[in-house]
Amino acid sequence: MKSNFRKTKDLSLKVLYIMGVLIAIAPLVSVLWTVVREGYGALTPTFFTNTPAPVGEVGGGIAHAIIGSFVVVGLASIVAIPWGIILGIARSEFPKTITDNILGFAIDLFMSIPTLLIGLFAYGLIVMRMRTFSAWSGAFALMLIMVPLITKTTEEMLKQVPLTVREAGLALGLPRWKVILRIILPGSIGAVSSGVLLALARISGETAPLLFTAFGMRTFSQSLSEPIATLPVQIYTYSISPYDEWRSQSWGAALVLVMLALVVNGVTRALIGSRTRGKK
Amino acid sequence: MSAEFTPSPILQVENVNAYFSGFHAVKNISLAVPEHQVTALIGPSGCGKSTFIRSLNRLHEETEGATLTGEVRLAGKNIYTPGVDPVEIRRQIGMVFQKANPFPGMSIYENVAVGLTLQGGFSKVEIENRVEKALRSSALWDEVKDKLKKPGTSLSGGQSQRLCIARALAVEPKVILMDEPTSALDPISTARIEELIFELKKQTTVVIVTHNMQQAARVSDFTAFFLMGELIEMGITKTIFTNPKERQTEHYITGRFG
Repeated sequence: MKSNFRKTKDLSLKVLYIMGVLIAIAPLVSVLWTVVREGYGALTPTFFTNTPAPVGEVGGGIAHAIIGSFVVVGLASIVAIPWGIILGIARSEFPKTITDNILGFAIDLFMSIPTLLIGLFAYGLIVMRMRTFSAWSGAFALMLIMVPLITKTTEEMLKQVPLTVREAGLALGLPRWKVILRIILPGSIGAVSSGVLLALARISGETAPLLFTAFGMRTFSQSLSEPIATLPVQIYTYSISPYDEWRSQSWGAALVLVMLALVVNGVTRALIGSRTRGKK
Repeated sequence: MSAEFTPSPILQVENVNAYFSGFHAVKNISLAVPEHQVTALIGPSGCGKSTFIRSLNRLHEETEGATLTGEVRLAGKNIYTPGVDPVEIRRQIGMVFQKANPFPGMSIYENVAVGLTLQGGFSKVEIENRVEKALRSSALWDEVKDKLKKPGTSLSGGQSQRLCIARALAVEPKVILMDEPTSALDPISTARIEELIFELKKQTTVVIVTHNMQQAARVSDFTAFFLMGELIEMGITKTIFTNPKERQTEHYITGRFG
Protein backbone atom coordinates (compact mmCIF):
# COMPACT_ATOMS: atom_id res chain seq x y z
CA MET A 1 0.00 0.00 0.00
CA LYS A 2 2.64 2.45 1.15
CA SER A 3 5.15 1.29 -1.45
CA ASN A 4 2.46 1.71 -4.09
CA PHE A 5 2.05 5.33 -3.09
CA ARG A 6 5.81 5.84 -3.32
CA LYS A 7 5.88 4.32 -6.79
CA THR A 8 3.05 6.54 -7.98
CA LYS A 9 4.77 9.58 -6.55
CA ASP A 10 8.02 8.59 -8.22
CA LEU A 11 6.33 8.07 -11.56
CA SER A 12 4.37 11.31 -11.49
CA LEU A 13 7.51 13.29 -10.64
CA LYS A 14 9.32 11.59 -13.50
CA VAL A 15 6.53 12.59 -15.87
CA LEU A 16 6.67 16.15 -14.55
CA TYR A 17 10.41 16.18 -15.03
CA ILE A 18 10.23 14.97 -18.62
CA MET A 19 7.50 17.49 -19.38
CA GLY A 20 9.65 20.24 -17.92
CA VAL A 21 12.54 19.25 -20.15
CA LEU A 22 10.28 19.12 -23.22
CA ILE A 23 8.82 22.55 -22.49
CA ALA A 24 12.31 23.95 -22.12
CA ILE A 25 13.68 22.56 -25.37
CA ALA A 26 10.54 22.95 -27.50
CA PRO A 27 11.17 26.62 -28.38
CA LEU A 28 14.80 25.86 -29.20
CA VAL A 29 13.90 23.00 -31.50
CA SER A 30 11.17 25.09 -33.08
CA VAL A 31 13.55 27.99 -33.78
CA LEU A 32 16.20 25.67 -35.20
CA TRP A 33 13.67 23.83 -37.32
CA THR A 34 12.21 27.04 -38.74
CA VAL A 35 15.63 28.42 -39.58
CA VAL A 36 16.67 25.19 -41.27
CA ARG A 37 13.39 24.82 -43.17
CA GLU A 38 13.32 28.41 -44.42
CA GLY A 39 17.04 28.88 -44.90
CA TYR A 40 18.05 25.60 -46.47
CA GLY A 41 16.85 26.58 -49.93
CA ALA A 42 19.04 29.68 -50.04
CA LEU A 43 22.24 27.75 -49.39
CA THR A 44 23.68 27.46 -52.89
CA PRO A 45 27.44 27.55 -53.53
CA THR A 46 27.19 31.08 -54.91
CA PHE A 47 25.45 32.15 -51.71
CA PHE A 48 28.82 31.77 -49.95
CA THR A 49 31.00 33.23 -52.70
CA ASN A 50 29.07 36.12 -54.24
CA THR A 51 28.03 39.56 -53.12
CA PRO A 52 24.39 40.63 -53.50
CA ALA A 53 22.97 40.73 -57.03
CA PRO A 54 20.44 43.36 -58.08
CA VAL A 55 16.91 42.47 -57.10
CA GLY A 56 15.39 40.18 -59.67
CA GLU A 57 18.66 38.65 -60.75
CA VAL A 58 19.65 35.24 -59.43
CA GLY A 59 22.95 34.24 -57.85
CA GLY A 60 23.42 36.90 -55.20
CA GLY A 61 25.28 35.88 -52.03
CA ILE A 62 26.41 37.05 -48.63
CA ALA A 63 30.15 36.47 -48.91
CA HIS A 64 30.77 40.09 -47.96
CA ALA A 65 28.73 39.73 -44.76
CA ILE A 66 30.43 36.49 -43.71
CA ILE A 67 33.87 38.05 -44.23
CA GLY A 68 32.68 41.27 -42.59
CA SER A 69 31.47 39.44 -39.50
CA PHE A 70 34.81 37.68 -39.17
CA VAL A 71 36.65 41.00 -39.58
CA VAL A 72 34.59 42.92 -37.02
CA VAL A 73 34.40 40.07 -34.48
CA GLY A 74 38.10 39.32 -35.04
CA LEU A 75 39.11 42.94 -34.47
CA ALA A 76 37.01 43.08 -31.31
CA SER A 77 38.54 39.82 -30.04
CA ILE A 78 42.14 40.86 -30.56
CA VAL A 79 41.68 43.48 -27.86
CA ALA A 80 38.86 41.98 -25.80
CA ILE A 81 40.31 38.50 -25.18
CA PRO A 82 43.63 39.52 -23.59
CA TRP A 83 42.04 42.50 -21.84
CA GLY A 84 39.16 40.46 -20.45
CA ILE A 85 41.48 37.70 -19.23
CA ILE A 86 43.83 40.19 -17.57
CA LEU A 87 40.93 41.88 -15.77
CA GLY A 88 39.58 38.44 -14.77
CA ILE A 89 42.95 37.52 -13.29
CA ALA A 90 43.09 40.85 -11.47
CA ARG A 91 39.63 40.31 -10.01
CA SER A 92 40.27 36.76 -8.85
CA GLU A 93 43.83 37.17 -7.56
CA PHE A 94 43.69 40.63 -6.03
CA PRO A 95 40.18 40.87 -4.61
CA LYS A 96 38.83 43.32 -2.04
CA THR A 97 41.06 46.21 -3.08
CA ILE A 98 39.58 49.60 -4.00
CA THR A 99 40.41 49.12 -7.67
CA ASP A 100 38.76 45.71 -7.53
CA ASN A 101 35.56 47.18 -6.10
CA ILE A 102 35.43 49.85 -8.79
CA LEU A 103 36.21 47.28 -11.48
CA GLY A 104 33.53 44.91 -10.19
CA PHE A 105 30.95 47.69 -10.19
CA ALA A 106 31.93 48.80 -13.71
CA ILE A 107 31.73 45.26 -15.05
CA ASP A 108 28.31 44.55 -13.55
CA LEU A 109 27.09 47.88 -14.88
CA PHE A 110 28.43 47.22 -18.36
CA MET A 111 26.85 43.79 -18.46
CA SER A 112 23.43 45.21 -17.65
CA ILE A 113 23.52 48.05 -20.17
CA PRO A 114 21.45 47.27 -23.29
CA THR A 115 23.87 46.64 -26.13
CA LEU A 116 22.00 49.23 -28.17
CA LEU A 117 23.33 51.90 -25.80
CA ILE A 118 26.85 50.59 -26.18
CA GLY A 119 26.37 51.00 -29.93
CA LEU A 120 25.19 54.59 -29.39
CA PHE A 121 28.24 55.23 -27.25
CA ALA A 122 30.52 53.95 -30.04
CA TYR A 123 28.55 56.08 -32.48
CA GLY A 124 29.14 59.22 -30.44
CA LEU A 125 32.77 58.44 -29.74
CA ILE A 126 33.99 57.14 -33.09
CA VAL A 127 31.43 57.47 -35.88
CA MET A 128 30.71 61.14 -35.18
CA ARG A 129 34.42 61.95 -35.12
CA MET A 130 35.43 59.91 -38.15
CA ARG A 131 32.33 61.20 -39.93
CA THR A 132 31.74 57.73 -41.33
CA PHE A 133 30.45 54.33 -40.26
CA SER A 134 33.33 51.90 -40.03
CA ALA A 135 34.56 48.44 -39.12
CA TRP A 136 36.56 50.12 -36.35
CA SER A 137 33.49 51.53 -34.61
CA GLY A 138 31.62 48.21 -34.91
CA ALA A 139 34.56 46.32 -33.48
CA PHE A 140 34.86 48.88 -30.68
CA ALA A 141 31.21 48.38 -29.68
CA LEU A 142 31.52 44.60 -29.75
CA MET A 143 34.72 44.76 -27.73
CA LEU A 144 32.93 46.72 -25.00
CA ILE A 145 30.29 43.97 -24.84
CA MET A 146 32.87 41.21 -24.89
CA VAL A 147 35.33 42.38 -22.22
CA PRO A 148 32.98 42.14 -19.21
CA LEU A 149 31.73 38.72 -20.37
CA ILE A 150 35.27 37.35 -20.55
CA THR A 151 36.30 39.05 -17.31
CA LYS A 152 33.37 37.53 -15.48
CA THR A 153 33.91 33.95 -16.69
CA THR A 154 37.69 34.12 -16.24
CA GLU A 155 37.23 35.40 -12.70
CA GLU A 156 34.70 32.67 -11.86
CA MET A 157 36.86 29.91 -13.34
CA LEU A 158 40.04 31.04 -11.57
CA LYS A 159 38.20 31.35 -8.28
CA GLN A 160 37.35 27.66 -8.54
CA VAL A 161 41.03 26.78 -8.26
CA PRO A 162 41.44 25.87 -4.57
CA LEU A 163 43.47 28.14 -2.32
CA THR A 164 45.80 25.27 -1.44
CA VAL A 165 46.91 25.00 -5.08
CA ARG A 166 48.04 28.63 -4.94
CA GLU A 167 49.74 28.05 -1.61
CA ALA A 168 51.47 24.94 -2.95
CA GLY A 169 52.86 27.07 -5.78
CA LEU A 170 54.13 29.70 -3.36
CA ALA A 171 55.55 27.02 -1.09
CA LEU A 172 57.74 25.79 -3.97
CA GLY A 173 59.55 29.09 -3.85
CA LEU A 174 57.88 30.62 -6.89
CA PRO A 175 56.94 34.30 -7.12
CA ARG A 176 53.20 35.03 -7.10
CA TRP A 177 53.06 36.16 -10.73
CA LYS A 178 54.59 32.89 -11.88
CA VAL A 179 52.14 30.92 -9.77
CA ILE A 180 49.24 32.81 -11.40
CA LEU A 181 50.47 32.81 -15.00
CA ARG A 182 52.19 29.43 -15.15
CA ILE A 183 50.18 27.26 -12.72
CA ILE A 184 46.71 28.69 -12.02
CA LEU A 185 45.91 30.01 -15.51
CA PRO A 186 47.18 26.96 -17.48
CA GLY A 187 45.31 24.75 -15.01
CA SER A 188 42.01 26.35 -15.95
CA ILE A 189 42.78 27.15 -19.57
CA GLY A 190 39.97 24.87 -20.80
CA ALA A 191 37.39 26.69 -18.71
CA VAL A 192 38.76 30.12 -19.57
CA SER A 193 38.74 29.31 -23.31
CA SER A 194 35.18 28.11 -23.13
CA GLY A 195 34.25 31.45 -21.57
CA VAL A 196 36.00 33.21 -24.43
CA LEU A 197 34.20 31.09 -27.04
CA LEU A 198 30.81 31.72 -25.47
CA ALA A 199 31.52 35.45 -25.53
CA LEU A 200 32.51 35.11 -29.21
CA ALA A 201 29.26 33.33 -30.02
CA ARG A 202 27.34 35.96 -28.13
CA ILE A 203 28.83 39.00 -29.94
CA SER A 204 28.65 37.28 -33.33
CA GLY A 205 24.88 37.59 -33.12
CA GLU A 206 24.75 41.17 -31.87
CA THR A 207 22.76 43.36 -34.26
CA ALA A 208 21.69 46.53 -32.50
CA PRO A 209 25.14 48.00 -31.74
CA LEU A 210 26.26 47.33 -35.32
CA LEU A 211 23.32 49.14 -36.94
CA PHE A 212 24.86 52.54 -36.41
CA THR A 213 28.53 51.61 -36.21
CA ALA A 214 29.48 49.03 -38.84
CA PHE A 215 26.23 49.96 -40.62
CA GLY A 216 26.36 47.61 -43.60
CA MET A 217 27.64 47.48 -47.15
CA ARG A 218 26.44 46.04 -50.43
CA THR A 219 29.83 44.63 -51.26
CA PHE A 220 33.28 43.93 -49.80
CA SER A 221 34.75 46.82 -47.84
CA GLN A 222 38.10 48.10 -49.00
CA SER A 223 39.21 49.55 -45.68
CA LEU A 224 38.49 49.26 -41.99
CA SER A 225 37.48 52.92 -42.03
CA GLU A 226 34.57 52.14 -44.35
CA PRO A 227 31.17 50.80 -43.43
CA ILE A 228 31.20 47.01 -43.43
CA ALA A 229 28.57 44.32 -43.82
CA THR A 230 28.02 41.79 -41.03
CA LEU A 231 25.77 38.73 -40.84
CA PRO A 232 23.35 40.04 -38.18
CA VAL A 233 22.84 43.38 -39.90
CA GLN A 234 22.50 41.64 -43.26
CA ILE A 235 19.81 39.38 -41.80
CA TYR A 236 18.05 42.41 -40.37
CA THR A 237 18.14 44.43 -43.60
CA TYR A 238 17.03 41.55 -45.78
CA SER A 239 14.31 40.38 -43.43
CA ILE A 240 12.50 43.74 -43.45
CA SER A 241 12.86 44.16 -47.20
CA PRO A 242 9.83 43.81 -49.50
CA TYR A 243 11.55 41.29 -51.81
CA ASP A 244 10.84 37.56 -51.40
CA GLU A 245 14.31 36.70 -52.66
CA TRP A 246 16.01 38.85 -50.02
CA ARG A 247 13.79 37.49 -47.29
CA SER A 248 14.70 33.95 -48.29
CA GLN A 249 18.38 34.93 -48.29
CA SER A 250 17.87 36.42 -44.87
CA TRP A 251 16.82 32.98 -43.64
CA GLY A 252 19.87 31.54 -45.36
CA ALA A 253 22.14 34.01 -43.58
CA ALA A 254 20.42 33.20 -40.29
CA LEU A 255 21.12 29.52 -40.87
CA VAL A 256 24.79 30.29 -41.51
CA LEU A 257 24.96 32.28 -38.28
CA VAL A 258 23.27 29.50 -36.30
CA MET A 259 25.64 26.93 -37.75
CA LEU A 260 28.64 29.06 -36.79
CA ALA A 261 27.24 29.37 -33.27
CA LEU A 262 26.75 25.60 -33.10
CA VAL A 263 30.34 25.00 -34.19
CA VAL A 264 31.62 27.37 -31.50
CA ASN A 265 29.36 25.68 -28.97
CA GLY A 266 30.60 22.23 -29.98
CA VAL A 267 34.22 23.30 -29.57
CA THR A 268 33.35 24.77 -26.16
CA ARG A 269 31.75 21.54 -25.00
CA ALA A 270 34.72 19.53 -26.21
CA LEU A 271 37.02 21.83 -24.23
CA ILE A 272 34.93 21.61 -21.07
CA GLY A 273 34.73 17.85 -21.56
CA SER A 274 38.48 17.42 -21.82
CA ARG A 275 38.88 19.58 -18.73
CA THR A 276 36.47 17.58 -16.59
CA ARG A 277 38.00 14.34 -17.80
CA GLY A 278 41.35 15.64 -16.59
CA LYS A 279 39.77 16.01 -13.17
CA LYS A 280 38.34 12.46 -13.55
CA MET B 1 65.34 19.62 27.29
CA SER B 2 68.78 20.82 28.26
CA ALA B 3 69.78 17.52 29.79
CA GLU B 4 68.81 15.58 26.68
CA PHE B 5 70.85 14.90 23.56
CA THR B 6 70.17 17.59 20.96
CA PRO B 7 71.63 17.47 17.46
CA SER B 8 72.51 20.83 15.93
CA PRO B 9 69.37 22.78 15.07
CA ILE B 10 68.58 23.75 11.46
CA LEU B 11 65.74 26.05 12.53
CA GLN B 12 65.78 28.19 15.62
CA VAL B 13 62.55 29.91 16.52
CA GLU B 14 62.62 32.79 18.95
CA ASN B 15 59.67 34.60 20.51
CA VAL B 16 57.38 34.11 17.52
CA ASN B 17 53.92 35.65 17.84
CA ALA B 18 51.45 35.24 15.00
CA TYR B 19 48.17 37.12 14.58
CA PHE B 20 45.11 37.07 12.31
CA SER B 21 43.58 40.58 12.17
CA GLY B 22 44.15 41.03 15.89
CA PHE B 23 43.55 37.41 16.97
CA HIS B 24 46.64 36.15 18.77
CA ALA B 25 47.02 32.62 17.33
CA VAL B 26 50.61 31.79 18.27
CA LYS B 27 51.98 33.08 21.55
CA ASN B 28 55.64 33.80 22.10
CA ILE B 29 57.04 30.50 20.90
CA SER B 30 60.70 29.59 21.04
CA LEU B 31 62.05 26.20 20.02
CA ALA B 32 64.76 24.53 18.00
CA VAL B 33 64.25 22.05 15.15
CA PRO B 34 67.15 19.58 15.00
CA GLU B 35 68.67 18.79 11.61
CA HIS B 36 67.98 15.40 9.98
CA GLN B 37 65.34 14.57 12.53
CA VAL B 38 61.57 14.45 12.47
CA THR B 39 59.88 16.94 14.75
CA ALA B 40 56.16 16.49 15.42
CA LEU B 41 53.85 19.28 16.51
CA ILE B 42 50.84 17.94 18.39
CA GLY B 43 47.91 19.53 20.17
CA PRO B 44 44.13 19.88 19.95
CA SER B 45 42.41 21.68 17.04
CA GLY B 46 42.87 25.42 17.10
CA CYS B 47 46.00 25.28 19.23
CA GLY B 48 47.99 27.25 16.66
CA LYS B 49 50.20 24.45 15.38
CA SER B 50 49.18 24.94 11.74
CA THR B 51 49.66 28.69 12.00
CA PHE B 52 53.03 28.08 13.60
CA ILE B 53 54.24 25.73 10.88
CA ARG B 54 53.11 28.23 8.24
CA SER B 55 55.23 30.89 9.87
CA LEU B 56 58.33 28.74 9.35
CA ASN B 57 58.30 29.23 5.57
CA ARG B 58 56.69 32.69 5.58
CA LEU B 59 53.41 31.36 4.23
CA HIS B 60 51.48 32.79 7.20
CA GLU B 61 51.86 36.30 5.80
CA GLU B 62 50.07 35.33 2.57
CA THR B 63 46.76 35.19 4.46
CA GLU B 64 44.89 38.48 4.57
CA GLY B 65 45.32 40.34 7.83
CA ALA B 66 48.07 38.03 9.08
CA THR B 67 51.01 39.51 10.96
CA LEU B 68 53.96 38.12 12.89
CA THR B 69 56.73 39.18 15.27
CA GLY B 70 59.85 37.35 16.39
CA GLU B 71 62.70 35.53 14.68
CA VAL B 72 63.02 32.27 12.76
CA ARG B 73 66.63 31.45 11.97
CA LEU B 74 67.39 29.02 9.16
CA ALA B 75 70.96 27.80 9.55
CA GLY B 76 71.64 30.86 11.68
CA LYS B 77 70.05 33.49 9.42
CA ASN B 78 66.78 35.17 10.39
CA ILE B 79 64.26 34.63 7.59
CA TYR B 80 62.24 37.64 8.80
CA THR B 81 65.07 40.16 8.41
CA PRO B 82 63.70 43.00 6.26
CA GLY B 83 64.86 42.58 2.69
CA VAL B 84 64.92 38.79 2.80
CA ASP B 85 62.88 37.47 -0.14
CA PRO B 86 60.22 35.01 1.05
CA VAL B 87 60.47 33.30 -2.36
CA GLU B 88 64.11 32.46 -1.62
CA ILE B 89 63.18 31.13 1.84
CA ARG B 90 60.43 28.89 0.49
CA ARG B 91 62.89 27.24 -1.89
CA GLN B 92 64.83 26.09 1.15
CA ILE B 93 61.81 25.22 3.29
CA GLY B 94 59.27 23.16 1.35
CA MET B 95 55.74 22.30 2.36
CA VAL B 96 53.19 19.52 2.01
CA PHE B 97 49.56 20.29 2.76
CA GLN B 98 46.69 18.54 4.45
CA LYS B 99 44.88 17.84 1.21
CA ALA B 100 46.89 16.59 -1.73
CA ASN B 101 46.90 19.39 -4.27
CA PRO B 102 48.53 18.34 -7.54
CA PHE B 103 48.51 21.14 -10.10
CA PRO B 104 45.56 20.76 -12.49
CA GLY B 105 46.39 20.44 -16.18
CA MET B 106 49.91 19.18 -15.51
CA SER B 107 51.22 15.66 -16.03
CA ILE B 108 52.76 13.65 -13.22
CA TYR B 109 56.21 14.55 -14.54
CA GLU B 110 55.40 18.24 -14.89
CA ASN B 111 53.98 18.34 -11.38
CA VAL B 112 57.28 17.20 -9.92
CA ALA B 113 59.42 19.24 -12.30
CA VAL B 114 57.48 22.49 -11.98
CA GLY B 115 59.45 23.93 -9.05
CA LEU B 116 62.62 23.62 -11.13
CA THR B 117 61.27 24.53 -14.58
CA LEU B 118 59.60 27.70 -13.31
CA GLN B 119 62.58 28.66 -11.21
CA GLY B 120 64.75 28.36 -14.30
CA GLY B 121 68.45 27.70 -14.72
CA PHE B 122 68.29 23.90 -14.71
CA SER B 123 69.22 21.78 -17.73
CA LYS B 124 66.77 19.23 -19.06
CA VAL B 125 68.92 16.33 -17.93
CA GLU B 126 69.31 17.84 -14.49
CA ILE B 127 65.54 18.21 -14.17
CA GLU B 128 64.95 14.63 -15.36
CA ASN B 129 67.42 13.33 -12.81
CA ARG B 130 65.93 15.35 -10.00
CA VAL B 131 62.36 14.30 -10.89
CA GLU B 132 63.33 10.63 -10.84
CA LYS B 133 65.22 11.04 -7.59
CA ALA B 134 62.29 12.87 -5.98
CA LEU B 135 59.82 10.24 -7.16
CA ARG B 136 62.06 7.47 -5.84
CA SER B 137 62.44 9.25 -2.51
CA SER B 138 58.69 9.56 -2.21
CA ALA B 139 58.29 5.84 -3.06
CA LEU B 140 56.18 6.64 -6.09
CA TRP B 141 58.62 5.90 -8.91
CA ASP B 142 57.68 2.26 -9.48
CA GLU B 143 53.98 3.10 -9.60
CA VAL B 144 54.24 6.00 -12.06
CA LYS B 145 57.39 5.48 -14.14
CA ASP B 146 55.36 4.15 -17.07
CA LYS B 147 52.75 6.88 -16.99
CA LEU B 148 54.67 10.06 -16.31
CA LYS B 149 52.67 11.86 -19.00
CA LYS B 150 49.30 11.07 -17.40
CA PRO B 151 47.61 13.95 -15.56
CA GLY B 152 48.76 14.43 -11.98
CA THR B 153 45.12 14.55 -10.94
CA SER B 154 44.58 10.97 -12.15
CA LEU B 155 46.36 9.44 -9.15
CA SER B 156 44.66 8.04 -6.04
CA GLY B 157 44.55 10.03 -2.79
CA GLY B 158 47.62 8.43 -1.25
CA GLN B 159 49.56 8.58 -4.51
CA SER B 160 48.63 12.25 -5.00
CA GLN B 161 49.97 13.08 -1.56
CA ARG B 162 53.22 11.27 -2.35
CA LEU B 163 53.31 13.19 -5.64
CA CYS B 164 53.06 16.42 -3.63
CA ILE B 165 55.90 15.23 -1.41
CA ALA B 166 57.97 14.50 -4.54
CA ARG B 167 57.12 17.95 -5.89
CA ALA B 168 58.43 19.54 -2.70
CA LEU B 169 61.53 17.28 -2.65
CA ALA B 170 62.54 18.07 -6.23
CA VAL B 171 63.53 21.59 -5.18
CA GLU B 172 65.82 19.95 -2.59
CA PRO B 173 64.76 21.96 0.44
CA LYS B 174 66.73 21.91 3.67
CA VAL B 175 63.54 21.49 5.65
CA ILE B 176 60.20 20.07 4.64
CA LEU B 177 57.05 21.09 6.52
CA MET B 178 54.04 18.78 6.56
CA ASP B 179 50.68 20.07 7.74
CA GLU B 180 48.64 16.99 8.69
CA PRO B 181 49.72 15.19 5.51
CA THR B 182 47.77 11.99 6.17
CA SER B 183 44.57 13.26 7.77
CA ALA B 184 42.60 12.71 4.55
CA LEU B 185 44.08 9.28 3.80
CA ASP B 186 43.18 5.68 4.58
CA PRO B 187 45.35 3.67 7.02
CA ILE B 188 47.35 1.88 4.32
CA SER B 189 48.25 5.09 2.49
CA THR B 190 49.01 6.66 5.86
CA ALA B 191 51.41 3.87 6.75
CA ARG B 192 53.26 4.30 3.44
CA ILE B 193 53.70 8.00 4.04
CA GLU B 194 54.88 7.40 7.58
CA GLU B 195 57.55 5.00 6.28
CA LEU B 196 58.47 7.66 3.76
CA ILE B 197 58.86 10.34 6.44
CA PHE B 198 61.20 8.03 8.31
CA GLU B 199 63.37 7.64 5.18
CA LEU B 200 63.26 11.34 4.33
CA LYS B 201 65.23 12.48 7.34
CA LYS B 202 68.38 11.08 5.75
CA GLN B 203 68.24 13.80 3.11
CA THR B 204 66.29 16.56 4.79
CA THR B 205 64.65 17.67 8.02
CA VAL B 206 60.96 17.11 8.61
CA VAL B 207 58.52 19.11 10.71
CA ILE B 208 55.09 17.50 10.83
CA VAL B 209 51.84 18.74 12.30
CA THR B 210 49.58 15.89 13.30
CA HIS B 211 46.31 15.32 15.08
CA ASN B 212 47.18 11.72 15.50
CA MET B 213 49.28 11.06 18.58
CA GLN B 214 50.13 7.51 17.54
CA GLN B 215 51.51 8.99 14.35
CA ALA B 216 53.68 11.43 16.27
CA ALA B 217 54.92 8.56 18.43
CA ARG B 218 55.65 6.41 15.36
CA VAL B 219 57.42 8.84 13.07
CA SER B 220 59.03 11.58 15.14
CA ASP B 221 62.24 11.95 17.09
CA PHE B 222 61.11 15.11 18.86
CA THR B 223 57.65 16.23 19.84
CA ALA B 224 56.33 19.66 20.71
CA PHE B 225 52.98 19.96 22.46
CA PHE B 226 50.91 23.07 21.71
CA LEU B 227 47.89 24.28 23.64
CA MET B 228 45.89 27.49 23.09
CA GLY B 229 48.66 29.02 20.99
CA GLU B 230 51.37 28.28 23.52
CA LEU B 231 54.18 25.75 23.50
CA ILE B 232 53.66 23.68 26.62
CA GLU B 233 56.55 21.30 26.26
CA MET B 234 59.06 19.99 23.76
CA GLY B 235 61.42 17.06 24.03
CA ILE B 236 62.46 13.66 22.76
CA THR B 237 59.32 11.91 21.59
CA LYS B 238 59.77 8.88 23.81
CA THR B 239 60.11 11.09 26.88
CA ILE B 240 57.10 13.22 25.97
CA PHE B 241 54.92 10.15 25.56
CA THR B 242 56.17 8.19 28.57
CA ASN B 243 57.28 10.75 31.06
CA PRO B 244 56.11 14.29 30.24
CA LYS B 245 57.11 17.09 32.57
CA GLU B 246 53.89 19.06 32.33
CA ARG B 247 50.55 17.87 33.61
CA GLN B 248 48.72 19.35 30.61
CA THR B 249 50.86 17.25 28.26
CA GLU B 250 50.11 14.15 30.27
CA HIS B 251 46.39 14.90 30.23
CA TYR B 252 46.37 15.37 26.47
CA ILE B 253 48.42 12.28 25.78
CA THR B 254 46.31 10.10 28.03
CA GLY B 255 43.21 11.38 26.28
CA ARG B 256 41.66 13.39 29.08
CA PHE B 257 40.95 16.26 26.66
CA GLY B 258 41.41 17.18 23.02
